[in-house]
Amino acid sequence: MKLNIKITWELILFILIILIFVISSFLSPYFLDIVNLLDNTTNFMEKGLISLAMAYIIISGNIDISVASNMGMTAAFMGVLHRAGTNIWICALIGLLIATLGGFLNGYLIVRFRLPAIAITLGTYALYRGIAYILLQDTAVGIESESFMYLGQGYIGNTPIPFSLVIYIIFAFIFGFILHKTTFGRYIYAIGNNEQACKFSGILVERIKIILFTLIGFMSGLGTIFLTSRLSSIRPDIGSGLELEVIATVVLGGVSILGGSGNMIGVVLSLFLLGYLTYSLNLLNIPSQVITIILGLLLVSTILISNFIEQRRKLVRS
Amino acid sequence: MAKLDTISEIKKNSDVSRLREIGIIFPLFFFGLIIAIRNPYFVSWENIRYILLDASILTIVAIGEMMVILTGGIDLSVGSTLALTGMVVSMLYKDMPNFPVILAPILGIIIGGICGAINGLFVAKGKVIPIIATLSTMYIFRGLVYIISQGKWVNAHEMPEGYKLLTRAEILGIPILIVYAFITFLLFYYILNYKLIGRSIYAVGNNPQSAVYIGIDKTKVLFLVYLISGILAGLSGVLYTSRFASAESSAAIGFELSAISAVVIGGVKTTGGSGKIGGVVLGALLLTMIVNGLNIMRISPFYKLALQGLMFLIAVIIDSLMAERTQRRYRRR
Repeated sequence: MKLNIKITWELILFILIILIFVISSFLSPYFLDIVNLLDNTTNFMEKGLISLAMAYIIISGNIDISVASNMGMTAAFMGVLHRAGTNIWICALIGLLIATLGGFLNGYLIVRFRLPAIAITLGTYALYRGIAYILLQDTAVGIESESFMYLGQGYIGNTPIPFSLVIYIIFAFIFGFILHKTTFGRYIYAIGNNEQACKFSGILVERIKIILFTLIGFMSGLGTIFLTSRLSSIRPDIGSGLELEVIATVVLGGVSILGGSGNMIGVVLSLFLLGYLTYSLNLLNIPSQVITIILGLLLVSTILISNFIEQRRKLVRS
Repeated sequence: MAKLDTISEIKKNSDVSRLREIGIIFPLFFFGLIIAIRNPYFVSWENIRYILLDASILTIVAIGEMMVILTGGIDLSVGSTLALTGMVVSMLYKDMPNFPVILAPILGIIIGGICGAINGLFVAKGKVIPIIATLSTMYIFRGLVYIISQGKWVNAHEMPEGYKLLTRAEILGIPILIVYAFITFLLFYYILNYKLIGRSIYAVGNNPQSAVYIGIDKTKVLFLVYLISGILAGLSGVLYTSRFASAESSAAIGFELSAISAVVIGGVKTTGGSGKIGGVVLGALLLTMIVNGLNIMRISPFYKLALQGLMFLIAVIIDSLMAERTQRRYRRR
């Protein structure tokens, strides 16, 4: 009798997560504790929120490397307003608006001037972070609102379930549903597969592109709110380097970097994989620089492996 | 008849790209004038010398970056390569002050070359798209700097005098750093315009498919451009630590953005295949001049990054608009 289990990318990710759990619980007695494990998710929920939208962007064959800078700009605006005495919730709303505008500007410039997403988002990568530095210089702004801190640090009732985790799961469902069950979602795949053909078949490619970039702007804004709430302080270099982690999450989740393929379950699984990997490395007292190196290696090797598999498949076919 | 048409077309196109280079000289003088009016010190010999010195290292890195962008790729790791090389070499000289100084640039080239080769392998052999490959190595190399240095600096007094002299000596009254940049410029001007490999770089960027059809080894060319970019960044790492007489783990953060901006402002198309090395040098000069101008006008250095991003965006948008115009002209035929 043959076991009929198809080896998919998601299965591999799932096995890897279990592997990390097993190894980590051997290495550190503190790892396998349900309260800790749940509590720890708060550390990567903002990455999770942005990676959902980044998955759309990458599936559609684009890329956005300005997300972390957009967060910096958003946070800086919030910080300046808050320092001037504005209520933090109003700051957050304005921040959300600014981040969305930042995303929209990326999309508009890409579409209007028919430029590759890399070129524009590289420019805004510098511009947005630069605006953050102009606004805050090298100062920091503290946030002391209990109710605001609940977003990133609070729990649902008396359970150990973090509020941000619940928000993430809700968004993951919405994003997954739109991607897999609606026409709009199919368009995203279609654009990633063959943009030219989409244009000829009457899909409003340009409008969809702008929507996608506006969406990732909005999600960066949401991510910023959770991040600032968790850190309860705002600095101009907030979230720098996050674009690597977000892109790594999406690519490790099985989304092809060339666009056109991938799914949401993979992206969600890889978020938890990377999050718990980081957590267990932290428990082992491994410095954050080494963790970044591991992340970078992981990103490159994932693509190398999937390229290798693709090549083998082509060889077998021919 | 048809052939004649294409030739006149090509001539017209080269006119447009020449226009692009003149297009950098204009803001160069325009901004120069504004800054000079605000503060005449800007056009003093001392300051011009300072600008040229500052632009030298940027020029060397930008020329390497230009090779990569010409093939349609991008190298985000140059800043980290620069910091890594600078740190390793200056730590070596801190521990062994008697090591011959003349070997320092060669060490820089070797270490930078290794970093570049890693990028080259990923992109050329592993077919990882350039932005992802070099974004990863940007963080990997930067992480290595922190690990190797353990967050410590190499300070001026720990460096041997000879090492610091590497960028402070003068030849016939010209600072040697400018000479380095000039030699690099001449070398790559020659390679890009008169050597087969240089033309192959343009060909791969212009149309990878037809480059392969006419017998260009695309893998080799791609590997080579990342190698060159690494080598030049490595060399600059040594020059950078020697010039500022210190090596720290956060040195040259964001330098890749300056280099890419210089290249793009200099008129190299982000999609590859066209652009001139003279433009890149002018781009580096313009960028350095504006940063210097900010300092002189006592505007906070925090404006630098945003301004750089803005100039970068303006450059790519102008290029796109110009390409649109040429396309429209073609269509009218």
